[in-house]
Amino acid sequence: MDLAGYRRRRLVDLAVRGACVAATLVAVVPLVLILGYIVVKGGAALSPAFFLELPKPAGETGAGMANAIVGTLTLVGLACAFGVPLGVFAGIYLAEFGDNWLGTVIRFCSDVMAGVPSIVSGLFVYALVVVPMGRNSAIAGGLALAMLMLPTVTRTTEELLKLVPNALREAALALGVPEWRTTLWVVLRTAAPGIATGVVLAVARVTGETAPLLFTSLNNNGWADGIDQPTASLTVQIYQYAGSPFEDQQAQAWAAALVLVVVVLVLNISARILVRHRVAGAR
Amino acid sequence: MEADDDKRYKVRAIDLHAWFGTSHSLKGITMDLVDRHVTAIIGPSGCGKSTFIRCLNRMHEVVSGARAEGTVLLDGENIYASGIDAVLVRRRVGMVFQKPNPFPTMTIRDNVLAGLKLNGLRTRDPDALVERCLRQSALWEEVKEQLHKSGASLSGGQQQRLCIARTLALEPEVILMDEPCSALDPIATAKIEELIHELRGKYTIAIVTHSMQQAARVSDFTAFFYLGELIEYGDTDSIFTKPSNPRTEDYLTGRFG
Repeated sequence: MDLAGYRRRRLVDLAVRGACVAATLVAVVPLVLILGYIVVKGGAALSPAFFLELPKPAGETGAGMANAIVGTLTLVGLACAFGVPLGVFAGIYLAEFGDNWLGTVIRFCSDVMAGVPSIVSGLFVYALVVVPMGRNSAIAGGLALAMLMLPTVTRTTEELLKLVPNALREAALALGVPEWRTTLWVVLRTAAPGIATGVVLAVARVTGETAPLLFTSLNNNGWADGIDQPTASLTVQIYQYAGSPFEDQQAQAWAAALVLVVVVLVLNISARILVRHRVAGAR
Repeated sequence: MEADDDKRYKVRAIDLHAWFGTSHSLKGITMDLVDRHVTAIIGPSGCGKSTFIRCLNRMHEVVSGARAEGTVLLDGENIYASGIDAVLVRRRVGMVFQKPNPFPTMTIRDNVLAGLKLNGLRTRDPDALVERCLRQSALWEEVKEQLHKSGASLSGGQQQRLCIARTLALEPEVILMDEPCSALDPIATAKIEELIHELRGKYTIAIVTHSMQQAARVSDFTAFFYLGELIEYGDTDSIFTKPSNPRTEDYLTGRFG
């Protein structure tokens, strides 16, 4: 036995393993710090008023972000209304009929769109919707977010539909079920939990977007009178209050950040539960 | 004479050809299925026997690049004539596949009713229909307590009988079975064979099988396919005891295949 070689090997093993642990810690520390900082700073500023009241001029007590919370929900809801049906149908096309040049083009465009910086989608909707309408609106904001959701929803739908065994398609067709009903009620239904997971993840992603909203839904210090009016959102409110010289507005920004993080976290966890449900159902 | 033949023969294939892309996998099959009898189709892998029965309910064309040419008369009417809806043909000619394929998102009950529900058809008493079909497929006693469980929770053999029940619910006239037992153990196989015995006399059945014993056990008539051609066709007893074609004999005695 070469004892010296063995000792050296153990030392190297220890050193490399230590380096890996250290790297992991360094990677996790910022995450923990960010979350901890948000919880501490944001938690201190959270109060019932934050959820119930409208923003007030700096210095006044009891200000809240009720309009921004509702605004974010409105924007995300509109984004889903625009983006999910479009994405799901595009995904169905790609999975069921997309073995041709058109499918290749759509797939390519979708992948390019997934990489487009989010502010570009904001600018695009600004030129296409805001300028002709003559004002900022929740509709425009929802469209900008929908553009960001679209590639994710399309490709997730396509991938999951392709995972549905062909035997199920044939089973339905052999029962004399027309192709469109087979696609909708057998294939899509079998893939539905997975597609829902993809949608939830896409929603979680766009909920935290600020840039595409700056030119589209802008902001609003009060309640929006309709979805064709400028609308407040948590992210834009954070953006504006974080740069404010007033301490109470900065505190409000922290509280909004905490609420946003919690919302995204809840969305991510529900996506995981959906996945687990799907796996359990498949057994 | 013509009319008598159309009565005796439920399904008549005349010069039926099928292709997958450029490969010519059925080369002019002319063969009749006798009404309310069981016809077994045997032959080595790749001989076109599955393709043949998939042409009888127009399932062949579902695969991309696949096409069929020729005539298939169902009750004297050509299902390949222009203006015939494949969807309606498939409701009259049911199919059971090699691998049991119940719908995993549906309960056992809904699987039986799937053909009706997915087609938007109504039935006056769905519970009675479910019970009748499950009894007919010899599954009722095993699942009557768990009709609301997922169809995927059953064993392979039970799933296959569920698929047969699902086919029976549409009250087809012909049932095509594509190696229905090849994914099942011997006990489940025996149950399916028993079931085929019971369905004979009510339905016209064509069964593709790799097992010659199975063909001998369940069928009234046997067809031997080889390389996309029909080599020999006759009643099962004579095919197995005194085949007229040497290739049939070679296959049956295990000299090739």
